[in-house]
Amino acid sequence: MGFLGLFSSRCSPDVQMLPSGSLTVDRDAQILASTVSSAVSEEVLHDIGSRVLQLFRQARNAQIPITQLTLNFASLQITARELRGGAMIFLTPKHSFNVSPRQKA
Amino acid sequence: MHARHKLLIVDDDPAVLELYRELLSHLPSQPEVFTATSGPRALALLKAEPFRLLLCDLKMPKMDGLQVLSICRRTFPDLRTVVVTAVENEEFRSRAYALGVDLFWLKPDTQQNMQMFLQCVEALLGMANDSGFRGVQSKGLLDLLQMECLAQSSTVLRIRRGGLTGQIWIIGGELIDAETEGTRGEAAFRRILSWKSGTFENMPPEPSRERTIFKPFNALLLETAQVLDESVSAPPAAEQAGQPNQHNTVWRLASLTRAGADYVVAMDKESGGRPEGWGTESTDELAEWIRVAFDAAADISQKLQTGPLLHAEGGHANHRFVMMPHEHKVFLVGWPAGAAKHTSFIDATKQLVASWDS
Repeated sequence: MGFLGLFSSRCSPDVQMLPSGSLTVDRDAQILASTVSSAVSEEVLHDIGSRVLQLFRQARNAQIPITQLTLNFASLQITARELRGGAMIFLTPKHSFNVSPRQKA
Repeated sequence: MHARHKLLIVDDDPAVLELYRELLSHLPSQPEVFTATSGPRALALLKAEPFRLLLCDLKMPKMDGLQVLSICRRTFPDLRTVVVTAVENEEFRSRAYALGVDLFWLKPDTQQNMQMFLQCVEALLGMANDSGFRGVQSKGLLDLLQMECLAQSSTVLRIRRGGLTGQIWIIGGELIDAETEGTRGEAAFRRILSWKSGTFENMPPEPSRERTIFKPFNALLLETAQVLDESVSAPPAAEQAGQPNQHNTVWRLASLTRAGADYVVAMDKESGGRPEGWGTESTDELAEWIRVAFDAAADISQKLQTGPLLHAEGGHANHRFVMMPHEHKVFLVGWPAGAAKHTSFIDATKQLVASWDS
């Protein structure tokens, strides 16, 4: 069985993929529209939405005028634009897109 | 007799573990090889004793390799990490490197690849921890300068730390001038010497350089070393009480004005101590936003294994701000929209933040 496992591990990686696409959330972080793959759980997207809305709200409390916010991680960029109450959020993974020598061969 | 390094391999396939154990235990440095069949088991072993190197598979049940690496990066920052996987995927490669792994290696499938892999592992096991200046590890600037002066060299040392650059002029073993961030002479020299790491290069000497430092190099080095020691061992009482000392305040306000920024707020990442603010009346409110944003970023980073937050940027038509972690602090820098004309707000913030605590 271990022998077969070596082959199956090559074609069906189940390591978590980074979400890519955009989503629109209302003031309660409920998802109104999304182009993110359904492989990403709604719970994760809801969490991202609510965190972003919290940052917009907190910025208002701190008297920082802010309509757009970008969180730049090492392998993902999250850009959020405030809408009336809600937000539109863009998730952009940073890929190198370089073809490795093995793939070329 | 030198201590043997400890190496940990994590893979859910016991046959693969046994194969690697056999191969790696015969490396020239003869490391002690430990194995774990799951991420949680590996983390428990890492907590129990210090390891030099972790070899981690990506595809594992329950906790995948990226999750293990993400936790390792935070919990064991000195641990060297290698991903060994059969998953050929550019996204995973990018993310693994974003999580700070030293090496991403597809499971070796030929004798030649295996040989190269073993050589890389051996090199990583033998590599010293990074400290000091690149090129002369474990040596501080004081040591470098002493070497140059004792050798009676004539050179210009150009030192870089993040976005900062400083130069020290030495003629015939005499320190004659220093320059950084718009200051010259002894003040600039002390400033440069407070940088703990960075890169340096030797430039051709400039004998025509105007002399601004007249103290003998030994006296100056001793004086500076003493000041640095005192600042490390005993932070001023005024600073402990939340009132930055006058010298620092003047220097920082000058930096703020020179950079053209509106305000800077800085706070500790971990301790949550009293935040410091310059150019703003709303230090506490801004610090609260930093805390919320930093928590949100840590939460998202952990859930998605995106690697650490590099910076956050936002604002509206007339105002921009950049939040940036730097060493043990997080900074929030506010900019008028017209500032940073010749560079990006991110670069301008990097430069300001690099000069802040040095």
